[in-house]
Amino acid sequence: MTLIRIILKRLLSMSITLIGVAVIVFFIIRIVPGNPIAMMLPPGAGEEDIARLKALYGFDKTLPEQFLIWVRGILGGDFGTSITSRQPVMSLVLGRLPATLELSIMALVMAVMIGGALALIGTRQRGGKAEALIDVTNGVSLSVPDFLWGLLFILLFGVLWPVFHISGRVSPALDLPFVTNFYLFESLLRLRFDIWLDLVSHMFMPALALAIPLAAIIAQLLKQSLKETMHLDYVTLARTKGYSENHVILREALPNAILPTLTLVGVQFTFLIGGTVIIERLFSYEGLGNMAIDAVINRDLPLIQGIVILFAVIFTTVNLLVDLTYALLNPRLRHG
Amino acid sequence: MSFLELKNLNARVGPLPILRDVSLQVAPGEVRALVGESGAGKSMIGKAILGTLPDAIRITGGEILLEGEDLQAMSPKDRRRMIGAKVALIPQDPLTALNPARRVGPQICNRLVDILGWRRREAEARVIELLHEVHIPAPERVMRAYPHELSGGMRQRILIASAFAAEPQLIIADEPTTALDVTVQKQILRLIRDMQARHGTALLFVTHDLGVVSKLCQSMTVLFGGKVLEDTSVDQFFSAPDHAYSAALLAATPKYTDPGGSLMPVPEATIHAVEAEIAAHDLAHQTETVRQ
Repeated sequence: MTLIRIILKRLLSMSITLIGVAVIVFFIIRIVPGNPIAMMLPPGAGEEDIARLKALYGFDKTLPEQFLIWVRGILGGDFGTSITSRQPVMSLVLGRLPATLELSIMALVMAVMIGGALALIGTRQRGGKAEALIDVTNGVSLSVPDFLWGLLFILLFGVLWPVFHISGRVSPALDLPFVTNFYLFESLLRLRFDIWLDLVSHMFMPALALAIPLAAIIAQLLKQSLKETMHLDYVTLARTKGYSENHVILREALPNAILPTLTLVGVQFTFLIGGTVIIERLFSYEGLGNMAIDAVINRDLPLIQGIVILFAVIFTTVNLLVDLTYALLNPRLRHG
Repeated sequence: MSFLELKNLNARVGPLPILRDVSLQVAPGEVRALVGESGAGKSMIGKAILGTLPDAIRITGGEILLEGEDLQAMSPKDRRRMIGAKVALIPQDPLTALNPARRVGPQICNRLVDILGWRRREAEARVIELLHEVHIPAPERVMRAYPHELSGGMRQRILIASAFAAEPQLIIADEPTTALDVTVQKQILRLIRDMQARHGTALLFVTHDLGVVSKLCQSMTVLFGGKVLEDTSVDQFFSAPDHAYSAALLAATPKYTDPGGSLMPVPEATIHAVEAEIAAHDLAHQTETVRQ
């Protein structure tokens, strides 16, 4: 009952956020200098040509009129047409979305696995050398931004010791039998492990570069709250019952200590998705982020708008999912 | 033979002594009080036995014998298993002693299944029976509840049931009523006494409340500054305390026969005398160590 109310409330606030994002992106990209018409015309084009092109793309109307046309289109499922490729924005964006989602989720899984393992080891060995080493590693990982990790990986595992692919999403020579763009997922379903391995080899470095800062945050925060939880009475009581240290950490402390980390992972995951823009560029990975940069360079206004709206939808959905997970894991919230 | 015996137990945090040559015995079925003011080390003794001392506190000497076996000579795993099977704790604060993320039932049952190898169904039946014993209405429903859905008194009853679940030979109760309000305190004390009598479990009752001691316990150990000042029967203590500090402590207890009478602290001179006694003990201890 309460769960449904939480969802409804969040859906309402989601739609308000999306309207706000739509307004801001629409006007901002029209205020900044540079316009798409100038990019499309050959040098020395006459006033008449400019006016004709403007009319073709609707840029001759006033801004509020343009905005209304755009919003009306969205409500009918039409995000406009890309100026550079002349294809519907919707299909362009949705075609790239799976690539970015797969990359982000792979990065998230890596971050949770690395960060979680470090936090558990650090808690188990608290006060010892292993914990000190983990703290130092975390500090370094946090102070280096993701794209620098990306460059370092390209140098290490792409050039000096070439074990991974450094560019693209999949080897062009491979024949892809897929019907969706979720290559990683579909290759598993179709048991095409050759393609799957090729995909992973392409994604590994960009995903790891995105994962490292988040892994460090997870390790640090989770270890901190685990250590605090380890002093609580119910943990001590579990010890007196004869349970081992490992059991006490995993079964008694972890379910309680994980809640603050979970909220943070939700917030940080949206930053990670934002990070895909530069990381995808670095690794020439054909996702949304790469497309966004091209769209900005070409002043492809409808495409920029479409991508920004999609990112906003992803961010708000992630936040909703985090809140729901939180409610499911924390019984006090579920009943309250 | 006593079930539990501490022999000259010493513990320190850094250079600071926390326990000074503490020796005491608990016979099977005996109810012994561990009395002292805050910082006297009474809770530390319980923690030393259970193996839950904070990391900063080290045991620097002495033995903890359970059925004649030295706990400190055991492997951590054997020790854990032995404590888990034979000793149980009733904690101080029922509000923090149950895991908020887990239902009550499994928190009581699981140890029977995981540690002692019971069948789940037997364990659940046993726990329901125990919850009846501690006067919890509708135990089946309570077992499915989360701790935050229950009152403090209910939770302490559950923790008492949990302590008795594995039929331990010794229960350490660490000021089990301090966190409860006065009306509930009385019920809980009566419950602990009844349960102890019914199960014949030995009880080490850590408290600073002499009124509770007189109602509940047979023997008592008086501590100050981590040192045992007096080890006596409760009757002896209340009729003719041996140590000057014990006498002062007794005199400081407010009496309901004298309502409105002024509260009397333990005289400073007595405290100084005890402190001098402890300093002399430390010095003797050091000389001993140096000589060796």
